[in-house]
Amino acid sequence: MFEKKKNLLSIYFTAGYPQLNDTMTVLRGLEKAGVDFVEIGMPFSDPLADGPVIQLASIQALKNGMCIKTLLQQIKDMRKEITMPVILMGYINPVMHYGIEKFAADAEAAGVDGLILPDLPWDEYVDKYKTMLDSHNLHFIPLIAPQSPDERIRHIDSQAEGFIYTVASAGITGNIKTSVDYRTAYFDRIRNLNLRNKAVIGFGIKDNASYLHACQHADGAIIGTAFVNNCTENGVSEEAVKNFVSKIR
Amino acid sequence: MSKYQVNEAGLYGRFGGAYVPEMLYPNVENLKAVYLDIINSEDFQSEFKRLMVDYVGRPTPLFFASKLSKIFGANIYLKREDLAHTGAHKINNAIGQALIAIKMGKTRIIAETGAGQHGVATATACALLGLKCRVYMGEVDIERQAPNVARMRMLGAEVVAAMSGNRTLKDATNEALRDWISNPEDTFYIIGSAVGPHPYPDMVARLQSIISEEMKWQFTEHTGKALPDYVIACIGGGSNAAGSFYNFVDEESVKLVAVEAAGHGLDSGETAASMARGTEGIIHGSRTMLMQTDDGQITEPYSISAGLDYPGVGPWHSYLHEIGRVIVLAATDDDALQAAQLLTREEGIIPALESAHALAALPMLKDKFKPTDNVIVTISGRGDKDMSTYIKHLCK
Repeated sequence: MFEKKKNLLSIYFTAGYPQLNDTMTVLRGLEKAGVDFVEIGMPFSDPLADGPVIQLASIQALKNGMCIKTLLQQIKDMRKEITMPVILMGYINPVMHYGIEKFAADAEAAGVDGLILPDLPWDEYVDKYKTMLDSHNLHFIPLIAPQSPDERIRHIDSQAEGFIYTVASAGITGNIKTSVDYRTAYFDRIRNLNLRNKAVIGFGIKDNASYLHACQHADGAIIGTAFVNNCTENGVSEEAVKNFVSKIR
Repeated sequence: MSKYQVNEAGLYGRFGGAYVPEMLYPNVENLKAVYLDIINSEDFQSEFKRLMVDYVGRPTPLFFASKLSKIFGANIYLKREDLAHTGAHKINNAIGQALIAIKMGKTRIIAETGAGQHGVATATACALLGLKCRVYMGEVDIERQAPNVARMRMLGAEVVAAMSGNRTLKDATNEALRDWISNPEDTFYIIGSAVGPHPYPDMVARLQSIISEEMKWQFTEHTGKALPDYVIACIGGGSNAAGSFYNFVDEESVKLVAVEAAGHGLDSGETAASMARGTEGIIHGSRTMLMQTDDGQITEPYSISAGLDYPGVGPWHSYLHEIGRVIVLAATDDDALQAAQLLTREEGIIPALESAHALAALPMLKDKFKPTDNVIVTISGRGDKDMSTYIKHLCK
C-alpha cells in the first residue's frame, strides 16, 4: 500500500464537513499538500471512539445530508485526480445497513484502498468478511491499543494487510492523557515486536512535535481532530489545507 | 443449559456479540473470563444474598390484587419491585455488579442513567461498598430529573452531563463507554440494562433473575401451583423483563409478555418500540433491534417514560421475540397513564411510569384471560419520581 517506508503522514477528515460538497475539495487539497494517505470519516450518530470535535463534525455532516450513498457518489471519479491511498473510516452500523458487500463493491469501484471500522471486532472480520473484502481489494485496518497484549498484536499482525493503526493512548480521538515517556515505551514495545505491517500512530497527534515523536518510534502518524478543527477555523481552501500540513512537516 | 440462553460466542441466535473497539477488547474479554466464576462462587452468592435481604429488603412481596383480578377476569399478582431499596429493581443489578467490580480489583465505578433510577442505585451501591462513582446523564435528563440528580450527589457520586447528540440516555451511554475506553485499568462500567457488549446482557439478566426466583416460590406459596400462566413486564433496555422471565423461560406453558413503550403510537413517528418498529442493527456493542434511519443512523426514540426512552433493546429480548418465545405488546403514553391511575385507585399503589406500561397490557389481554388464569405483573418501580408527570396529566 505504501512505497514510502518512513515518516508517513496521514490526515483524517469528516466527509460532508463543513459543507456537504467539501469532500473532493479537501481530498484535492491534501493531495497537493503532499500527505501520504488519507482517511475519509463516514459520519455516524453515535461515534464511540471519537472525542467532541469529531462528534460535532459528524453531527454537522449528517445535518448537511451526508450519508454513505452520497459519499460514494462524491468520490466515484476521484481516481482521475487523486493518487494517494484513500481509506474510509466509520462505524459498523451504517455500513451494515448499506449492505457490507454492496459497500465493498462500490468502494472498490471508486478506488478506495482500505476500511477502518473500530467497532467491528477483528475476529469477526476475519471469520465473516475478510475473504469478501479481499476480493474487492479492500484492506481492513486493525486498531491496537496500549492494553493490547503482545500475543494479540502478533495475532492481528499475522492476518492484517495495509498497516496497523496504533492508538496512541487509551482514549478517544483528540484526547491524550498519558505522558510522553509512557507512550515512548509503548511505541517501542510495538517496534520491538518486528511486525510485518507498518505501525502508524493515531489519536492525539496534533502538531509537529507529536508527529516527529511518532515518527521516531513508529512508521508515521495520523492526524484527525487537529485537522477537523482547522477546517472549522480556516476552511477547506487549498491554501488552508497546505498551511496546516506545512506546520506539521 | 437452557436453549434460550447466550452461547459461548456471546450470541442469542444472531443477536448479541461484543462490537467494541480494540481499546475495550481486553476489558470485555477479562470480564467475560471471570464473571460466571465470580457470580457462581459461594463467596459472592453469600454476600449478594445477604445484601439483598438485609439491605435491599428482599424478598419483595408478591401481592394478590383482588380488585384488578375482578376487573380483568383473571388472578392478578403484582411483584413489588417498587418496594426494593431506592424504589426500583435497579438496585439488584447495581449491588451485584459493584461486588463483581470489587472482586476484579476495580476501584472506580462509572454508570449511565436516563431517568436517574440506575444512577441512584449505582451511587447507593458505591456509597455502601466504598467505591468512587461517576454517573453520566444527558444534559436534558439532568434538567428533567432534578430530584434524582440531587440524590446521586448526596450519595457522593459525581454526576456528569452528557453534552453530545440529543443529550439523553443514548448519549449518556456513549459517554460512559468513552470513559471506559479512556480508563480501562481501574474502572468498572456498571451497565443498568440488559444491553451492551457480551457478557453484560447475560450478567445483568443473572443478577436480576432473583426477581423470578422469588416469584416462583412465592407463587407456589400463594396458590399451591407450580407455575403461573402469564408473566408480564415492561421493556426498555430490558433488565426487569430479563429478571422476570429468567426462571420461566424454559417453562413453555408460561406465556411471557413484554410491553414496549409506543409513545404517541406505533406509527406516530414518536415511539420507543424497538421490537415492534425497529430494524436490526448494532448499538452500544451488541446486535439487536433498534430505531434507526435508512442510512443506519440511530434515532432518538420517544416515550413519556424516561426509563423506556431508549432506541434499542437487549439482544436476549430481540431473540426471544424473533423465535416467538415472548409476546411483545406496545402501550402508548395514554395507555400507561390510565393504567397507573387504575392501579393507584384500586390497589393504592402508585407505580413508576415504566411499570405502568406493564399494567397497560392487562386490558389488552382481558379477552384472552380465562377466569382460572394466574397472571404476574412486575411493578418494576415506584412512582414518586413521576409525580410531576402524573400531576400534569392526571390530577386536573
